[in-house]
Amino acid sequence: MLEIALKHQFAGFALDLALNAPGGITALFGHSGAGKSTVVNAVSGLLRPDHGRIAVDGEVLLDTQAGIALPPHRRRIGYVFQEARLFPHLDMRANLTYGARFAPPGPGVIGFDRAVEMLGLGALLDRRPGALSGGEAARVALGRALLSKPRMLLMDEPLAALDGARKAEILPYFETLRDEVKLPILYVSHAPAEVARLASSVALLEDGHLRAFGPARDVLADPGAAGGFGGRAAGALISGRVAAQEHDGLARIETAGGAIYLEAPGMAMGTDLRLQIHGADVTLALVQPEQVSALNILRVTVLEVGAPDGPSVFVKLALGEERLLARLTTRSVAALGLRAGLECHAMIKAVSLAS
Amino acid sequence: MSWLSPPEWQAVVLSLKVAGLATACALPPGIGVAYLLARGRFVGHGLLNGLVHLPLILPPVVTGYLLLLGFAPNGPLGAALARIGIALAFNWKGAALAAGVMAFPLMVRAIRLAIEAVDPRLEAAASTLGASRVWVFATVTLPLIVPGIIAGAITAFAKAMGEFGATITFVSNIPGQTQTLPLAIYSQLQVPGGEGSAAKLVVISITLALGALLVSEALAKRIAARIAGRDA
Repeated sequence: MLEIALKHQFAGFALDLALNAPGGITALFGHSGAGKSTVVNAVSGLLRPDHGRIAVDGEVLLDTQAGIALPPHRRRIGYVFQEARLFPHLDMRANLTYGARFAPPGPGVIGFDRAVEMLGLGALLDRRPGALSGGEAARVALGRALLSKPRMLLMDEPLAALDGARKAEILPYFETLRDEVKLPILYVSHAPAEVARLASSVALLEDGHLRAFGPARDVLADPGAAGGFGGRAAGALISGRVAAQEHDGLARIETAGGAIYLEAPGMAMGTDLRLQIHGADVTLALVQPEQVSALNILRVTVLEVGAPDGPSVFVKLALGEERLLARLTTRSVAALGLRAGLECHAMIKAVSLAS
Repeated sequence: MSWLSPPEWQAVVLSLKVAGLATACALPPGIGVAYLLARGRFVGHGLLNGLVHLPLILPPVVTGYLLLLGFAPNGPLGAALARIGIALAFNWKGAALAAGVMAFPLMVRAIRLAIEAVDPRLEAAASTLGASRVWVFATVTLPLIVPGIIAGAITAFAKAMGEFGATITFVSNIPGQTQTLPLAIYSQLQVPGGEGSAAKLVVISITLALGALLVSEALAKRIAARIAGRDA
């Protein structure tokens, strides 16, 4: 459990927020200048906030009222920076083991051999930073932070400097960290897709304040928070399991609200999936639509019509136990008379595999 | 080396000894002061910077005279040092002090530039990995500034080899004791028929200075490639 309460004043910018992050990956989402980096830098100790209290698993790292402020090297918080920041004068082995000499004895979250295997670093150990690709450097930076035996990790947009292919190469490692190493991670991002894929909890930051915070499913399905992710990118998460690969190449995914068909090549039967359905890809109809091309039509109940944002509005829907978000125009909402409790049909144009 | 007369040979050896001691003794405080000036934020930063640069802008004779006032056997610092058995006035250690003081600003400038070129984000990364300030300096900053330290040391050595004004003022011009190369050249030019001897010492001066420069360039280049993460 990471407890954060911060107040910090910059020229023309004030940060004021409090949140208690549980385990798993807590995504700190917000646009540039929202204060995300300030939060992680305060947690790491690289920035000393005006006022605040930070504690990890009950151990106080910072308490400005009590006059406590541990320096970064005594916090044991791994930090994966946007740029890898590998030490140029050391080879990869020395980079990876750099933090171990300062760490307390005993096993850390992960051993050297396991880290090298998990991150695929075997061939890089004797190389020097100048001879690495961006993706390789990012993996070494992650391994270096893990091997310093941290009690949690901070990641400040660790993928922002990488291209799409490199991102796809690194993301699975983060999932392994979340699911197998079970290290709490505070993950800064301004990419909604990364948040949808990785986050267990989401903190939505806006102008130095917390606009929404909670389990990823709840925040991503919150019509009040959806605008913060950007109109097109907002969308709820639902769980599904691959039930069948059908003859025409589509996979049938069973969800709490019925079957969904989508292209999922190579997915084995029984694979658990995290799906994201963007609000902009959801269309509502009051009667069962007929003779339409949409493949996925699900019965839903309107839970909440959000506050209009210009001409558009997010509508929260119940799909069995799952939640969906639809982005509609206020004109359509009025024409259909959408209100809480109304049953209707959701046509889903696209489903993206979050993981 | 039979082409050098014993006194000439003595001047060469003495110069190397003086410049070597001056450089070696100036290096640790030079690195410390350079680090303070590059990374420190404290009251008196400007004053320290000014003090360090003073020997560079003062007439060397003035620096030598101030050293004489301070380190003469009855001077405040000289008396204190005499009590622990160190005498600096009119001997080669005094010459090394004069050379070291004169070379200090050049050394600090070179090392400070190197420290300022080190990405502070690397130092921050090291601290998040558990390294205290001292460890960060020893394992990240220091290895990365080695080329700057070499450049600073060689510049300081060359300056110390050529120091004249402060040396002759502080410790006089005693053959075998304080008569370094430039002082010997000067002395030879004062005596009739000394030009030949002076010319030989001039050639040695040029050779030593040039050699030091070439060695430092080659060394710094090699090390710079290594610490830039390329294999050298």
